Parts: sequence; C-alpha cells; structure tokens
Amino acid sequence: MRIKLSVNGETHELDVEPRTTLLDALRDHLRLTGAHAGCEHGVCGACTVLFDGVAVRSCLMFAPQAEGTAITTIEGVTPGPGELSPVQDAFCETHGMQCGYCTPAMILAAHSLLAGNPNPTREDIVEAISGNICRCTGYAQIIEAIALAAERMRGDNRPLDRTP
Amino acid sequence: MSEAPHHFRYVATDRRVREDRRFVAGKGRFVADVDLPGTRHVALVTCPHAAARIKSIDKSRALKMPGVHYVLDGTELAEATQPLLAGLDTPNVPRRPLAFEVARYSGEWVAAVVADTRAQAEDAAEEVDVDYEPLPFVLDAERAMEKDSPLVHEAHGSNVLLDKTFVWGEVDKDFAKSPHKLSLRAKWGRSSTVPIETFGVVAGWDPWHEILDVHASIQLPRYNDQIGAALKIPVSSVRVHHDVDVGGSYGVKRGIKHTVLCGYLARRLGFPVRLIEDRLENMRGGDAHGPERLFDVELAYDDNGIVHSMKMRALENLGAYAGRSPFQLGKPAGSIVGPYKINSVQYRAIAVVTNKTTQDAVRGFGAGPTNMALERAMDEVAHAVGLDPLEVRRRNMIRHEEFPYTIPSGTEYDSGDYHTVIDKVLAGDTFETLKRQRDALRAEGKLAGIGIAACLEPSGGNAIFEALLNPKITTSTFMDSCRITVDGLGSITATMHTTSSGQGHETLVGTVVGEALQMDPDRIRVTRPDSLNSLPSGTPVASRMAIMLGGAAYRAAQKLKDKLIAIAAHDLGIPPTRAVYEAGNVYDRDDPSTKRTWSELVEIAHRNYHRMPPGFEPGLAVSDIYQVPTGGKLPTPDGRVQMYPCFSFEFHLILLTIDPVLGTPKIVRYRLGHDCGTQINPKIVRGMAMGGIAHGIGAALYEEFAYNDEGQLIAQSFMDYLLPSSHEVPPVEVIDHETPSPHTVLGQKGSGESGYLGAPAAIANAVNDALRPLGLNINTLPLKASHLADMIAEAQKS
Amino acid sequence: MKAAPFEYSRPADLDEACALLAADDGARVIAGGQTLVPMMAMRLARPTRLVDINRIADLSYIREDCDGVAIGAVTPQCIAERDALIARKLPLLARAIPFIGHAATRARGTVGGSLAHADPAAELALVSVTLDATLSYRVVGTSTDVAARDFFIGPMVTSLPDGACLTAVRFPVWSGTTGVGFHEVNARRSDFAFASAAAQVELDASGKAKRIAIGIGAASDFPIRLATAEQQLTGTALEPAKVSEAVRAALADIETLDDLHASADYRRRAAASLAASAIADAKTDSQGRNAHAH
Repeated sequence: MRIKLSVNGETHELDVEPRTTLLDALRDHLRLTGAHAGCEHGVCGACTVLFDGVAVRSCLMFAPQAEGTAITTIEGVTPGPGELSPVQDAFCETHGMQCGYCTPAMILAAHSLLAGNPNPTREDIVEAISGNICRCTGYAQIIEAIALAAERMRGDNRPLDRTP
Repeated sequence: MSEAPHHFRYVATDRRVREDRRFVAGKGRFVADVDLPGTRHVALVTCPHAAARIKSIDKSRALKMPGVHYVLDGTELAEATQPLLAGLDTPNVPRRPLAFEVARYSGEWVAAVVADTRAQAEDAAEEVDVDYEPLPFVLDAERAMEKDSPLVHEAHGSNVLLDKTFVWGEVDKDFAKSPHKLSLRAKWGRSSTVPIETFGVVAGWDPWHEILDVHASIQLPRYNDQIGAALKIPVSSVRVHHDVDVGGSYGVKRGIKHTVLCGYLARRLGFPVRLIEDRLENMRGGDAHGPERLFDVELAYDDNGIVHSMKMRALENLGAYAGRSPFQLGKPAGSIVGPYKINSVQYRAIAVVTNKTTQDAVRGFGAGPTNMALERAMDEVAHAVGLDPLEVRRRNMIRHEEFPYTIPSGTEYDSGDYHTVIDKVLAGDTFETLKRQRDALRAEGKLAGIGIAACLEPSGGNAIFEALLNPKITTSTFMDSCRITVDGLGSITATMHTTSSGQGHETLVGTVVGEALQMDPDRIRVTRPDSLNSLPSGTPVASRMAIMLGGAAYRAAQKLKDKLIAIAAHDLGIPPTRAVYEAGNVYDRDDPSTKRTWSELVEIAHRNYHRMPPGFEPGLAVSDIYQVPTGGKLPTPDGRVQMYPCFSFEFHLILLTIDPVLGTPKIVRYRLGHDCGTQINPKIVRGMAMGGIAHGIGAALYEEFAYNDEGQLIAQSFMDYLLPSSHEVPPVEVIDHETPSPHTVLGQKGSGESGYLGAPAAIANAVNDALRPLGLNINTLPLKASHLADMIAEAQKS
Repeated sequence: MKAAPFEYSRPADLDEACALLAADDGARVIAGGQTLVPMMAMRLARPTRLVDINRIADLSYIREDCDGVAIGAVTPQCIAERDALIARKLPLLARAIPFIGHAATRARGTVGGSLAHADPAAELALVSVTLDATLSYRVVGTSTDVAARDFFIGPMVTSLPDGACLTAVRFPVWSGTTGVGFHEVNARRSDFAFASAAAQVELDASGKAKRIAIGIGAASDFPIRLATAEQQLTGTALEPAKVSEAVRAALADIETLDDLHASADYRRRAAASLAASAIADAKTDSQGRNAHAH
C-alpha cells in the first residue's frame, strides 16, 4: 500500500506491505540505517526513534501506523555532515559507547528526556534509558554523557523551548 | 611499588575514542547496512525436536511461494562442502551449517530458504515440510557421561569428546600432609554474552575475479582460512571486509556456519546472499551459547588458611556439536591457581555433547566460570578456619616481590602487586566499615552479605591450550601485525588487519603510533584493509589486542623512526649515534640547529634516491608482524605450558542485600580494583571493566538459557532471557593501579575481559555471606530471586 | 521475525471498525500495538486484517461523570500517567501506571489495549479488578458493559466476544480520604511481574478501615480479589500482624502459577508480602491525606 511518512522534516511516499515495520521502512526504503534491529520484539530498544519528540520503539509499529506523525531519527538530530549536537558530543567526551549499536537509540532517549527535563537526576537518567539495553558499557559512561549534555545545555544561551 | 610516573605523551592520557564520532551519528557500518545490488535473503527452517532423524524434506510448496529462489538442504550442502573446523581430534563429530541426516538440538538449522525479501523467505520457510523421526535425547552432562545414555553422535561411540587429567606437582603428597580438606560443587549456568546485534553475513561471488566477498559481523580467528577450507576454494579467493563494524561480540560472533551457508549459496545461485539472524534464530540456533560447567573442587589447606593443593574436575556441557568451544576447558590451565601460591594442582577437563544448542567462545574463554568455582572454594576455606575471607586471600596471594612467578601448570605470571590493589580498594573504607554496614542492614531484618573476588585476566593470546587438549595441533605461532606508510606528501597511514566490536582499536593504533613517532595521534590515519590486503592477525580474542596490535604498531613505528634516523644521518653526514629523532624531525646532537625536517625526509625518501643510504628501499613503508611474547613453545609431555604472557588483576568488593521474602538481590556498594598495567586509553579501559561487570551481573543473577524436559529452549527471546538494564547495574567505583608488564612495548596488559572474570564470583560470595546466618549455601548460577526466596522460606520453616 | 502478511484498515469511526471486525473473523483490533506486534513478529498471532483504531478520537478521553471516571480505550498510557483528574480521583491507577513496561512502550500502549490483552501480570487489569471497574465493548450495533471480575477469565483470555472492540473502562471513585498502595516483584524493574498487589483503603475518623479493596496480580491466571481478607480487615486499624495473617489465609487456597521464573509457592508468599506492603502504604497514604485535609 502507498503511505506517506514524515521523517526528519521531509515527507516521503513509500509503497510497502502493511506488515513492514516502521524500522524496516526507515532502514530499507529510506536508507536511514541509524536505527538498528536488536530483537524485533520491543525489548532491547535499539530501534528507538522519536515520535513527535517522544522515544518509541520503531520495531513495534507497522509503517502504516506511523503516517501523520513527525518522526525523528538519529540522522535528524545530527546538525550537518561531520557536525555533532551537544548530546552527541557529550557521548564522545565520556566515551558513552563501545560498539555503537545501541548508541543512536540512547542518544534519542537522551533527547526525549532532556526535552522535558533539563536538569535530570542520576535516577531520572537511569529511568530514561532503562528501556534501552547496552551490552558493552555497563551504562556508566552513558549516564555520564547524558548528565554532561544536560549540564552543558543548561549553560548555553538557547531559549527554553528549543529542541536540543 | 606504587605506579611509575607516566612519561607518556599520548598513551595513558584522556583522549577521545575516534570511532565514537561515526557511531553517535548513526554512521557505523554494520553488516545489515551493507547493501549490495541483487542481494537475496535467507531464512532458516529449524528442527523442533531435541533429536530427530531427518527422513525427508518436501520443498515443493515452499518453492512455489512468491519471491523464492531456492531451498537448500543439508544433504546438498554436505556433498559440496567440508565440515567446519573442529578444535579437538573428533573426526566422528562433524559439524555442518545444516543438519545432515540427523538434527541434534531443537533449533538446529535443517534447511535454508532464499527469497527476494526476508519476509518472503520466512513465509516460505513455514511451508517447507520436514518429516522427522524423533530420537532419544540427553540434556544433562552427568547423564551424558553414563554408559547407557542416548548418544548424540552414534559414530563417536560415546558422548565424551574430551576427558583429560593433568597432574601438576605432587598433589597426593600435598593432600596427605594437609590437615584439612574441603569439597565444593559449583555450577555455572548456561548463559552467554548475547550482543544486541545478532550475527549477520552477506556473501557475494564474483566469477570474473573468482573472489568471494564476505561482509560479516565477525570476531573469529582464521575466519578466511575456514571459509576457504569449507567451500573448497583457495583462501586467496576469499575477501573478508574488515571495515564492517561489529555490534558487540565478546567472543560469540563466530558465524562460520552462516558464512559457509551463504558462501555456498552465493556461488551456486550467482547473486549475493544475506543472512541476518533474527533473535529467535540467534538464541536457538546461532550456536553462540556460553559455557555450562559443573565444577567439583577439593582444596587441601591448613589451620592458617593456606591452601596447599587443589583438585578440580570441570565438566562442560558443550551442546550438540563443538568447534573451538572445548578449548574453554584448556585456557584456564594457564591461570589455574588464580592469584594464589597453591603448590600443586590436579585438573580434570571433561567435555560432553548433549542435545542442546552448540556453544562458542565467550568472553574469558572459560576463566569466568573457573574463577567462580575457585573463589567460592576460597571463601569456604575462610569460613572453615574462622578467618576473614579477605585475610585468607592476603595470606595465599603471590607477593609483589615474588614475580615473575611460575605456577604449577608451567605458566609464568609476568608481574603484579595484588596486595597493593586490595589495599587501595579498602583505603579509607576498611573491611570493618563495610561489615558494620552489613550488620546494620541485618539488624533491620534484611539479609546482607559482603562478597569479594580476586582474579587474574590472562592476556595476550598465546593459545597453547589448543596443543594441550589436542596433541595433533602444533600451533605455536600467535601473531598480529601493522603496516605504516608515509605518503608522498607526508601524511601517515597505519593499518590493522581484523574487525573490531567496540574496543577502539583504531584509537589504539593511532595513539601507539603517535606515541612512538611523537606526533599527534589524530594525524595518524588508521585503515582496515580487507583480508587479501592484510598481514596476519589473530583477531581480537584472548584480551590480546592492546598487547599484540599495540605491540606490532609500536614496533612498526620504531622501524619507521629508525629508517628516518638513518636517512637523516646519511644526508647530514653524521654517524647515526649522533642523530636524534624528535617529533618527526632528526637533528645532530652536537649541533641541534643542523637537522632534517619531516618534510625534507619525506622528500628524500620518495623522490631523492641519490641522497638515500646505499641499498635502502625507497619510500617510507614499514611493517611489523609480531609473535606473542613468551610464546613459541609447545606443552611438555606432562602438560606444562607457558600460556598467556601477561596477567592483569582485578579485585571485586561488593555489599549486597537480599529481601528475605521476595528474594530479590540488590547490590548496595561495588568497588573494583583493576590493574592492567599501562592503560593506553583510560576511557576505553574503564568502559571494558564496567561492561564486563554488567555481563557478570547478568550471568550471576538474571541470564540463563533454560531448557525444559523436552529439550526445548524456553528462554528463546528477550522476554525470558533477561539482560541487565541500567536499573540492574549499580554505580561502581573503579580504583586503578598500574603494574607494568615487562613483556610489552609500553607495559600494557589486556583489559577486554575485565569485570566479567570476577563479578559473578564476588556476587556468589556476597549471596552466600548473606545466607550464611540461615545455614544456607548456594553455588549454582544464576542465583534467581525466586529460588533464593524458596531456599530461605524452607530454612525458616525448620 | 517478520509478521505474516495481513491487510490493513484505518476506520474513521467505531461503527466502521466494528463492521470490519464482523466481516472477517481473522481481523483483529490494533491500537498501540505494544503487545500485539511482538506476537505477530513471532508469528504467534496471525491476523488476516488489522483494524487500526488508534486515531479514532471518540475513543480517547478521560472524563468524570456521576458513575466515576471513564477512560476511552485508545487513551495512551502515558496520557493517563500524567492526567490530573486521574491523579486526584483514581490515585491507585496513577500509582500503578509507571510500573507498566517502559516509558517508550507507555508512549504508544493504550489503556484499552492492555486490558484487552489480559496478561495475568498486567497492572491495568489488576487495578480494574481491585476497583470493580466496568469495561464497555461494542459488537456491530450493540454496546455491552461487563464487570472487571467477569471480564478476565483466563491467561490472556477475556470475555470479549468475536468481533468485539473494547471502547472504554469506567472506574468508580471512592469518597472520603482514600489511600493507595501498589507493589510488584520481578526479576528486573520493568519485567512482567511474578506477583503484584494493589490496595485501596478508606479510613474513618478514628483511623479504622471503613472500606478496603485488595487485589493480587500475576500470581494466577487473572487478577483476583482477596475478598475474605477484605472482610476480615474492614473495621480494623489494619495492624500489621492482622493484615499479614488475613492476607496469608486468603492466599492459602489460591492456585498460583508455576513457571521458569518462579514457583507456585514463591508466588503465594510473595503475593502475601506485597499485599501487606500495599496495605501498609495505603494506610499511611490515607492518613497523610487525612492530615492534609485538616
């Protein structure tokens, strides 16, 4: 069936089987390969994208269900070729990753958290990423990255209603 | 000795990991991102029975389904390919990608469907009709050893693939003269390191160059050799692309059967063939399970808590087939006494096949389970003599001044300062304080315990356990390599010759080369040529890459420096002894203003042969292929062997509570002392230790590949196989110490397995300390909350 | 793990949805999909048609009427989680929702979806049974109400007839100062619970329990009320020893589930412990509200 998806500010027309998940539509049809398949049954969170700014699991949605909502992927939070957002840079500063497979999802979960809570406690951060499994890092440096990003973003002069 | 002050410029400093840049932007290149035109997809038909004869396979309905190109069965594949490489000498236990005549575990791959899309392949896989005749099966390792057990492989005549006993030192004498003995049975449950990315491979055959291109999420030594051997093509026809980012491996990304399957199909069908395991295929049939090991340990000790001798029987439940996995019984021989001065050891290693999923290598290669058994036993010695577990460790540990120290099995430990690491972990927060905390929690009605674990991380990968367990193997070469080229305008490129799965190897090479050349590591380009353009590499196993790739990179850089010095000295007309290298330039020690700059030297090397020393190769290209330090010897006839060269040390200290009714464990305090010598990149090292601890928490408390009595894997998905989330991993204070290795170029030792090696042992000890007031003892991992609660309830009844 | 093929419809209203469900007995409703999609990925569920009701505005609401607070079936869990009316009038529901899955699944999962799926460990099912909620559903042309205690009849089995679409759940609101407690035990924080307990208590002026409701989830095929314990504890000051005994006795005859994660006996003991904790919390909570009221 023909569907329209709004991804990173652009509208795309796709022809997909209804059973194509949003994850597979993003990866295979739109070549946005930053979202990853880890389990395809909604537990690991590696497929996380933002749906109207809120973190959701793209493997738990069939592509037709995603019509009419603003979808943001990791490609959409990257400011430009070779450029990093404050959150992305913070992850590099603390080495909040190793293999990189869960990383886009973690960063989007961080964005979702910080959009609503610019001053999260450690417990807030732990809760926000608790739906994203990492097998490499033991989470410590990820939590530090998000705390660092929050601290840096609080220190900058951007208006409160900006998207990080 | 306290840590030597760092004289490094870049090594051991707080540098970013260059690989992180692409990962945070979602620009990693994982195997599922590789998009070759014309690729078709594989889905597997799997056996539902624990054991069954395959009577017939009807492909007719499947072949009519939309998008389907082919259905491959085990008979066709067996005729066209060689069985996969085995570690032990077991010719009657062949292993193949698809079951041949008999399927031997529930989930084993029986047929492969190739279709235009993965979804179509799955649709068609459901329509393949396999007629099975279920056979008797065996799941338990001790049962499998019995004479009347069902046989997993009839032709082998028994289920025992290995039963070897080593006697190192005068065990009987030491046992006879020790006043006390204790026995302990410990079970390491079947779990694995389960990366978030499953295994995947895309194989494409180019008939015009006669090359099989392989992109895979791989971490496997001799991968290209094994592909060539199985497919019966020259290894020079196999091109493995090392620039595929691997989404986590920790040992298990060994998909040789997936690769041979896809390689065969690609050659047969004439288009690229892709298999990305889905999670169900991965858990049941990916052959990436970890050890499931039963230990019987006997320690002989005296009234002072000194352990004189140990007998250990390790029984491994391999699953239905074996590749390298049985060697996970051999590697522990190289550190069999842990950090202790145990005088003699008897070690019996038994490996049996059962009708469970096949194992492969898991982080630590058998050391995690072995440490757990030994550390539990040490704690029980402490309890028996009425000493603190900590004091027993201190009394038994090898002292700093006793290094290098040769253990009974023949391996020499390079260096260590275990007592200082322990002191540092306890500094300002003595054992007494933690005990008071524990007692306060107990007073509140909670069960609380302190657990410690002291263990070694053998690193460097001198894998002589192969020869130890299979005398037909005479491999004593374990190497890695690096090539450095300076181009015509002076930029530097270094190469590494394997894949990585998050260890930051590009950063490692850049840092080490930069250190040697005294140049900013960010200026050093690091690339990964494919296998046809690579020098040999042992791949990132065995906690070896800091030592081996770091070593090769450093030595190659030294060769480059030497060449630059020689060129400059010749051009300056001074003896080489007067030429001083500094950050790419070379000057005359007697007159520092007389020098040749980097640009000038590059110019001479590339374009002014008339100014080069006679007989020199033009250009600036060097390489180093590095044999593992202390390696090069096979085991002695009595099974003594120099295993790995370097030994890192870790000391875990945990305070843990258990809810007496709900049984839920909670780690309240966690301190880790870690000594891996020089840390080339501290951020990377800390990440490894934290990640290893998380893996260890999973193995100790949550993760299990559980089977029911029908041989069905009941933990098939992430709903039942429970991976620790951020809630389950507590904050950990990591306290570093650095005792350099005398064997390595920078004093570095390995850290790729750290945390995982000791966390389960420490958690097991803490749980036992918590349960001790109830008279309970438990030595089976995982320690599940409901089971602990059941034990507690039972004890409280009586 | 790709789902088996299906047709997809997004009806504009409930009538159209019901007509589609009636026309094909392989058709199934999808709202948030957080439980249905994994089942389809594993091919354990193979609907021939998905009827997507997630955008039917009439089915997403939270409002109060004389009978209590009604929540439309398609209301996202995360909306209910933050709703001020629910916080005020249905504190037990507000307390329980954060235990459901993860924030990412609550962002899509719906109140009705969880109820219709009827996992024995589902928090919403437990709260519905504990508070004697009424569920409403529509089958072409006819709307029916069913009490929560009659709705959940087996593990993942409800009394919804073929072709029915759950439309709403209505919770009665307790008068007076109500306190609540909710506890569950699982292997990891957000897993399906091994056992869970919900308690709501209304204390009278002297601090005795005027009214008490105790529900147990995850321990048996569907959530249950500890009716005998409720009777025994009504009119008491909810002393801990009395509470423990009443709860233990009520659970003694319940057949609890036995599986890979926990034994039947464990579930019974854990349920008792969690119920006692939930009741203690409810008592403290009620006293706190009493204090505030003065």
